[in-house]
Amino acid sequence: MRLIERLLPHGTTYDFIRYRLVAFGITAFLIVGSLVSISVKGFNFGIDFAGGILIEAQATGASADLHAMRTSLGELHLGEVSLQEFGNTGRDVMIRVQRQDGAEKAQMEALAKVKETLGSGYTYRRVEIVGPKVGGELVRDGVMAVALSLLAIAVYVWFRFEWQFGVGALVSTFHDVITTFGLFSITGLEFNLTTVAAVLTIAGYSVNDTVVEYDRVRENLRKYKSMSLYDLLNLAVNETLARTILTVSTVFVTVLALLFFGGEVLRGFSIAMLWGLIIGTYSSIYVAMPMLVYFNLRTGKERAEDEQAEAEASQAP
Amino acid sequence: MVVTSLLGIIFAAPNLLSREQADHLPSWLQPVSLGLDLQGGSYLLLEVDTGYVVREQLTSLVESVRTLLRKEKIKYSDLGAKGDQVSLRIIEAADREKAREMLRKLDPDAGLEARDDGAMVLKYSEEAVRRRKLSAVEQSLEIVRRRIDELGTREPSIQRQGEDRVVVQLPGVKDPDRIKSLLGKTAKLTFHLLDDTTSAEEASKGRVPPGSMLLPSAEREHGMPEGYVVRKRVDVGGDMLVDSKATYSDGRPVVSFRFNAAGAKKFGDTTRESSGKFLAIVLDDKVISAPRINEPILGGSGIISGNFTVAQAQDLSLLLRAGALPAPLQVLEERTVGPDLGADSIRAGTVASLLGLALVIVLMIAIYGTLGLLADLSLMLNLVLLLASLSFLGATLTLPGIAGIVLTMGMAVDANVLIYERMREEQRNGRTVMSAMQAGYDRAFATIFDAHVTTLVAGGLLFQFGTGPVRGFAVTLSLGLLASLFTAVLVNRMLVFSWVRWRRLKTLPLS
Repeated sequence: MRLIERLLPHGTTYDFIRYRLVAFGITAFLIVGSLVSISVKGFNFGIDFAGGILIEAQATGASADLHAMRTSLGELHLGEVSLQEFGNTGRDVMIRVQRQDGAEKAQMEALAKVKETLGSGYTYRRVEIVGPKVGGELVRDGVMAVALSLLAIAVYVWFRFEWQFGVGALVSTFHDVITTFGLFSITGLEFNLTTVAAVLTIAGYSVNDTVVEYDRVRENLRKYKSMSLYDLLNLAVNETLARTILTVSTVFVTVLALLFFGGEVLRGFSIAMLWGLIIGTYSSIYVAMPMLVYFNLRTGKERAEDEQAEAEASQAP
Repeated sequence: MVVTSLLGIIFAAPNLLSREQADHLPSWLQPVSLGLDLQGGSYLLLEVDTGYVVREQLTSLVESVRTLLRKEKIKYSDLGAKGDQVSLRIIEAADREKAREMLRKLDPDAGLEARDDGAMVLKYSEEAVRRRKLSAVEQSLEIVRRRIDELGTREPSIQRQGEDRVVVQLPGVKDPDRIKSLLGKTAKLTFHLLDDTTSAEEASKGRVPPGSMLLPSAEREHGMPEGYVVRKRVDVGGDMLVDSKATYSDGRPVVSFRFNAAGAKKFGDTTRESSGKFLAIVLDDKVISAPRINEPILGGSGIISGNFTVAQAQDLSLLLRAGALPAPLQVLEERTVGPDLGADSIRAGTVASLLGLALVIVLMIAIYGTLGLLADLSLMLNLVLLLASLSFLGATLTLPGIAGIVLTMGMAVDANVLIYERMREEQRNGRTVMSAMQAGYDRAFATIFDAHVTTLVAGGLLFQFGTGPVRGFAVTLSLGLLASLFTAVLVNRMLVFSWVRWRRLKTLPLS
């Protein structure tokens, strides 16, 4: 017997829709929890959005002396300066300096001071400075990109399916986006430009998942005229279950590879993607699908289309 | 289909070569260019202070008005620039008509409004201001390019962004401090006569004669005074320079300069008429030195001596050669990546993608056997095409771009999973091999298409609103998805059909 038979179930009859109220509860909890954390705790914005200076320094000697660095940098009075050791050689230090008051020039002066203080004992592997002006613009662009993509995706689904599907896709994608933001807020992971990229990818992936299932619902609506919507939705989830498991696994392993081997820069991105993969799969099955129960999908238009299709089919030889 | 695949392989092939080998290839056949985060280098986002240009224009309009009215002996008061306009009052009612005529002709871009009490306002039209700003940005771009070219950096890229921004990308630059300090100077060189009717002490108390101004010294040490009172009138400007070099005079670093013909004549005239007076050499509103004019300088060349170090003299001569910026530049954003971090990122990205690829390949073969292998083949062609289109389009590969490739692999395989699962289902419903395959590809296609389009929408917006590395992610993700519509559906279909025919299979090995 092939592996495929053991791993991938077929003809399953799990009653996914039955647990919809529990699922709605979980969904509501996740959304509210995320919103509360976002409004109370906020984000740990990286310098892309908050502005400021980020320096990845490497000690030329055996190891970096964090204590001495902290003391000497503290004396510069540049506001909040955070130091973080990373990697496994003990030589790499990430230095973050908060945005300086005043115009763009103040940031450059602060950088010069930091470099002067650290002296020749360190080489700079990465230096990033974002002034207040650009930071604000990046926030605006990020918000625009996320909002527009949510909207565009919903409109596309509406256009390809029915408006009910569009609403379902919008709500479930919104859920994924909000909870991913929530994850970043609660864990205090750095929120930067790559996070926005991750969120958009998650939105795209989750909608991908939702579309696969909606597609099956649409097909089944035509195929089984008398089946109740409840059974029909369950059938669609079960029919696509094997595909869901397999696709999630393949994307999952690739993201794991990114997480463990992609290096420091991609870490936040990979964590977000991993979360998005799980939450996106969940929301497709437990948010996007059960919502359709409450819509009257067998509309007049649908019926008319079906009848026309049937008439055409009977005419064909 | 075969043609596309072959083209893909040809365009992707240069990526296997080393940098030196690739240099021998024609320009249309080059490996994909790496982003600054991978090859190391410096990215600077500069902003041209266009407001400065407008203020500057108003100041010079004030001077023109002053010169004109004096020449015509028209009495005026309250002349000055306020906000975006120049205002003044003509005192004698008899002069008003004449003044209006003359002021109207003074600058065709400046509109004149005159009131009955003799108050007049000159204002530039919005169109004129816009044009002025635009040309300042264009000019800045050119000057920035010249200054950076003088430094001899490898393959710098200098581009305009938006209305008043300039993006400078300098591959291989480890420390942009020198470049930043060179770009941070407008390097406007002017020669003014000293105003000998007053002293700097008097002027610092607020008593500056009209038509003169108080300027600070470039350096306070070495016995130089705090400041100088100089005539506002520019006798000769740096825009008339043709060459400048750092050299030595009496063993000290100085900067020599040479004027063009017009500049030489003006300089000669000034030095002849004002022999015995002092001529201030002013750089960016600071007085470098103010030597006494001992004799007329007619050859059109001269020397600027300040208390320069060798490096300062070299930088100043470079700035003078490249020309002055029309307005100050401000660094809004800087991102510098050292070459070793870039190399580390390439290594990490390569390992992550190869590992991801290996895992996907193994997973697909373990589950689908030969069909899985065929899906893997299409996936590899997908990657080849992706690399080829990146190279062909001259797109830049960044670290997030590599993440996009890894992600594409996961999603491209999804298309095959959808197809295979569909075929499995159709076969279970009693269809024959050919019809199950047909149905599998046909029915799965609508789903795959929708799924791809929605992700492409997100990718497109990411490209639109993203910057730098994030854009690279959007590019690889979108190109990879487009390629997968071709490979995972069309190419894979051909492979699977050929295989089934060749092996004369009666059932698909799916269940």
